[in-house]
Amino acid sequence: MASVSISSKEQYNFDVVRKFAIMTLVWGVVGMLAGVYIASELAWPFLNFDSPYISFGRLRPVHTGGVIFGFGGSALFATSYYVVQRTCQTRLISDALANFTFWGWQAVIVLAATSYILGFSQGREYAEMEWPIDILIEVVWIAYMIVFFGTVMRRKQPHIYVANWFYIAFILATALLHTFNNLAMPVNLFSMKSYSLFSGAQDAMTQWWYGHNAVGFFLTAAFLGMMYYFVPKQAGRPIYSYRLSIVHFWALSFLYMWVGSHHLHWTAIPDWTSTLAATFSIMLLLPSWGGMINGIMTLSGAWDKLRTDPIMRFLAVALSFYGMSTFEGPIMSLKDVNALSHYTDWTIGHVHSGALGWVAMITFGSFYHMIPKLWDTKLYSLRLVYWHFWLATIGILLYIIAMWISGIGQGVMWRTFDDFGNLKYAFAYTVEVVKPFYAMRAIGGMFFLSGVFIMVYNVWMTIGQAKREAAELDAKLAAKLARVGA
Amino acid sequence: MMIAWLTNPSNAKSLALVIFFVTFVAIVLWVYGSKQRGKKLESYKNIPFLDEEADTKSAAGDKESKL
Repeated sequence: MASVSISSKEQYNFDVVRKFAIMTLVWGVVGMLAGVYIASELAWPFLNFDSPYISFGRLRPVHTGGVIFGFGGSALFATSYYVVQRTCQTRLISDALANFTFWGWQAVIVLAATSYILGFSQGREYAEMEWPIDILIEVVWIAYMIVFFGTVMRRKQPHIYVANWFYIAFILATALLHTFNNLAMPVNLFSMKSYSLFSGAQDAMTQWWYGHNAVGFFLTAAFLGMMYYFVPKQAGRPIYSYRLSIVHFWALSFLYMWVGSHHLHWTAIPDWTSTLAATFSIMLLLPSWGGMINGIMTLSGAWDKLRTDPIMRFLAVALSFYGMSTFEGPIMSLKDVNALSHYTDWTIGHVHSGALGWVAMITFGSFYHMIPKLWDTKLYSLRLVYWHFWLATIGILLYIIAMWISGIGQGVMWRTFDDFGNLKYAFAYTVEVVKPFYAMRAIGGMFFLSGVFIMVYNVWMTIGQAKREAAELDAKLAAKLARVGA
Repeated sequence: MMIAWLTNPSNAKSLALVIFFVTFVAIVLWVYGSKQRGKKLESYKNIPFLDEEADTKSAAGDKESKL
């Protein structure tokens, strides 16, 4: 390991990191607002206002795309550019190309959201973008690969820190997944429509190979990269076991690619693929918990920070939710459990305990650590971080408890037969039963979104404070120079 | 003959599984197999703290020091 002295932070390109950080918050608000709105539509259907533009079907991909690619994607660009520079102790290889990834990625999110509202969709989950947008993503992603890998290759530190390995796996896997899932033939050059190269059960398996690995590599591996840098930094102590992080990385990389078919249990796919996916899903529990324990144990000897540091709370709660949802996922992948849980709200609850509890919470914690450093100032208010933490935590709990109750209720009611072998409950009746829980879910979302608004205000004030401090500094410098001149 | 055997998906899948499994076991042995290597690997955990100087300045909010 080489220790390289860093003379000044100016040697890093933080400008692009700042831009991605701001857009993370913007897309967080947009995506989560869309989520709260569609959750409210389900509870109070009049909110559809008979307009196709704001119907659930069109706004749902605006929500998923906004939070996964807008909020999550921008957060990953921001933190990966930050972490790779600081751990490789070198500047990004190209400011222009990094800037291109910023504008390109923002264009992707805007075009995708607009196209969904106008009714364009490929109908592939988390990949609803039509083919011209897919090509733009491909170009931006190649630029991202060049910037990230080029920076790693130019490193001054001989060893590549483990966080960068996770980012590398995320970048490579996403390139692979996006390319193969979107292989399609356009109807013609001037049409947004295209036909997939795959069909039938093969198409379903391709979609869920993509879908689950988007969860595995985009929403898990990459955010683990974030965890392996920001948890030690905020705790002020190195990761508990570096060797465990290496095994965590390789086990996760070897296992994740096989599990996608657990989304297709009891369908027309070959039975052995279902069994294989369930088996690998159970095996995934080991590396997932290994990583979670590695993160939590980093606090060993500094547990008091959980009482005194709200940022550390975000990170620790994120790891707890990571552990919880990576336990729940393998359980749900078992065929017998899946027979009850599939097509019910339990799945939605599971996704959100991962997306809100793990992805969003680790992002908030990391950003509260990173943003003051990017603008070279202190955070405007720690009290507001506490408020954000509690609103987010209460929001998540309301959300997942509502979905557990409604999901398990749905599953049980849908498979209950009367003495004559007929379904006991009409579908419309099951909808009526779960309606209060849809309201509870929407309220949980409102709590979570309120926390995000508080974070936006806190960051806004922090940046304003940094600008004022810089102006004061410039004035003092000018006065000093004037005195020296006189 | 060999290529024909490899291009049969039933053979290729099993072979790939054996290759991945053996590689993973080799990685685990490599990571935990030697105390000296273990020490070296553990030393890499300090990399995030190597450019701490800039952070310290930021945390202290000591703008005056730039003058």
